Amino acid sequence: MASAEIDVKYVAHLARLALSPEEEKQLGAQLGSILGYIEKLRELDVTGVEPTAHAVPLVNVTRTDEVRPSLPHDAALGNAPQKGGGLFIVPKIVE
Amino acid sequence: MLNQLTISELAAKLARREVSARAVTQACLDQIARVDGKIHAFISYDAADALAQADTADKALAQGGRSDQSLLGIPIAIKDVLAVKNQPLNCASKILGNFRSPYDATAIEKLKAAGAIVFGRLNMDEFAMGSSTENSAFGLTRNPWDTTRIPGGSSGGSAAAVAADECIASLGSDTGGSIRQPAALCGCVGLKPTYGRISRYGLVAFASSLDQIGPFTKDVRDAATLLSVMSGVDPRDSTSVPEPVPDYTAALTGDIRGLKLGLPKEYMIGGLDAEVKAAVDAAVRQYEKLGAEIVEITLPHTDYAVATYYIIATAEASANLARFDGIRYGARVDSNDPIELYARTRGAGFGAEVKRRIILGTYVLSSGYHDAYYLQAQKVRTLIRNDFLKAFETVDAIVTPTTPTAAFKAGEKSGDPLQMYLSDIFTISCNLAGVCGISVPCGFTKNPKLPIGLQLLGKPFGEAVLLKIAHAYEQATAWHQEKAVL
Repeated sequence: MASAEIDVKYVAHLARLALSPEEEKQLGAQLGSILGYIEKLRELDVTGVEPTAHAVPLVNVTRTDEVRPSLPHDAALGNAPQKGGGLFIVPKIVE
Repeated sequence: MLNQLTISELAAKLARREVSARAVTQACLDQIARVDGKIHAFISYDAADALAQADTADKALAQGGRSDQSLLGIPIAIKDVLAVKNQPLNCASKILGNFRSPYDATAIEKLKAAGAIVFGRLNMDEFAMGSSTENSAFGLTRNPWDTTRIPGGSSGGSAAAVAADECIASLGSDTGGSIRQPAALCGCVGLKPTYGRISRYGLVAFASSLDQIGPFTKDVRDAATLLSVMSGVDPRDSTSVPEPVPDYTAALTGDIRGLKLGLPKEYMIGGLDAEVKAAVDAAVRQYEKLGAEIVEITLPHTDYAVATYYIIATAEASANLARFDGIRYGARVDSNDPIELYARTRGAGFGAEVKRRIILGTYVLSSGYHDAYYLQAQKVRTLIRNDFLKAFETVDAIVTPTTPTAAFKAGEKSGDPLQMYLSDIFTISCNLAGVCGISVPCGFTKNPKLPIGLQLLGKPFGEAVLLKIAHAYEQATAWHQEKAVL
């Protein structure tokens, strides 16, 4: 297993999470001790053990391909921080 | 006092027209006005809307009611993580801003169809991440038995509101113990159904493979009633399971002779408080008197559950919480650059514990670490699940303390996340294994007087037997009838 050192700045970028320098420092220390604790999983031999993603084994749950009622357009936009012309307004993404 | 009664007691009085739904609702609102300044179980509530629902219920009752409306006129309050149409939904976070739900969660739709008065937004740890309800952007909730102490978490408001008789029952959610732990610390009944028993549609996701909705009630019969109403497969949640839904109250016969209860030796750990241990030992002796057979069992991977949980739950949370980016709903911190907009919005909107878990979850899923942490944890999860399935080959239920100690003081563990995580040590395995669990009151500490919870764990979709076993104990004891002095 990897060493118990997190590059908090890099991981925060991956998570799209702006942190203050104080938060980075505090999180680094706390996560170091949590990861140290988590290292104990390495003690276990899991050779040949299948991973469990879900406790209840359901696979390929599908529905018939039919149009069903869904959230009305206005309701879907109702909580938008910025909207206009029936759309969400976002900063310019492409030049 | 009407607000102190159970669903079954009130349903009988309402059906006989001895009391009105308006009087019951008003009694709850009066109690909130009297005590919630001290407890702060509610983030908000709409009294006029609750009374309007009560009047609708009274009209239906005047016409004789309907046999399929087992909750007609019963006020039930809701954890701030479940969508109730046109009501605020904040997950006790700043990031959702002035969000109002455009639809009902399936569990809420079913409560309403059964006639319940659905009201109030109950406080919780932000995004259900925590064990004390101290991680709320809306302030602390206090334990009704001692207001210097925490009510447990993450569904601390749901437990405190029922314990303080501010509602007749409430809903919460349980990802690693968030129903059972606060129920134990506040002295009420808390049920976490089997994963897949109740649809998660309209429950804001924390860790999708672990989350379940469940009830807080004043007795086991009420938990059975609410489970019967809310269970069942739902086309809008593909992880809900098409198992038949029985009338769970029919299982409450009081007769548990010959049933086998397992005591896992791994749960008798050093950190277990002496009074908690004594109360659980006494409960086990009570079960012997009731004719159950007690057997020692082993769950060998118990010691790895907390570490496994904090990898899987944070990994899933980091993915689920990616949706809170300031684009489609909630608060936004503006920027001309979209990536910066996401980062600033999330940096300003999320609290410290949520940030900690997003960073940990992102890290264990990141390139180079995924196999070492996440995949390893999923494999250990298999071992933990297999421990339970093997135990259930010989026993009908497993008996443990719900928590290692009674309620701790506010602030006592908030500076040390790992110590806080370890307070969930007895409840976490149940979610990883996908079994069902319940906490029922089993005694009190002496000084101060604080509730102690007994946890019973049952087979997947074995809620009927689990409730039968919990109910038989409750019938033989009076712990659940004690009230906090407020």
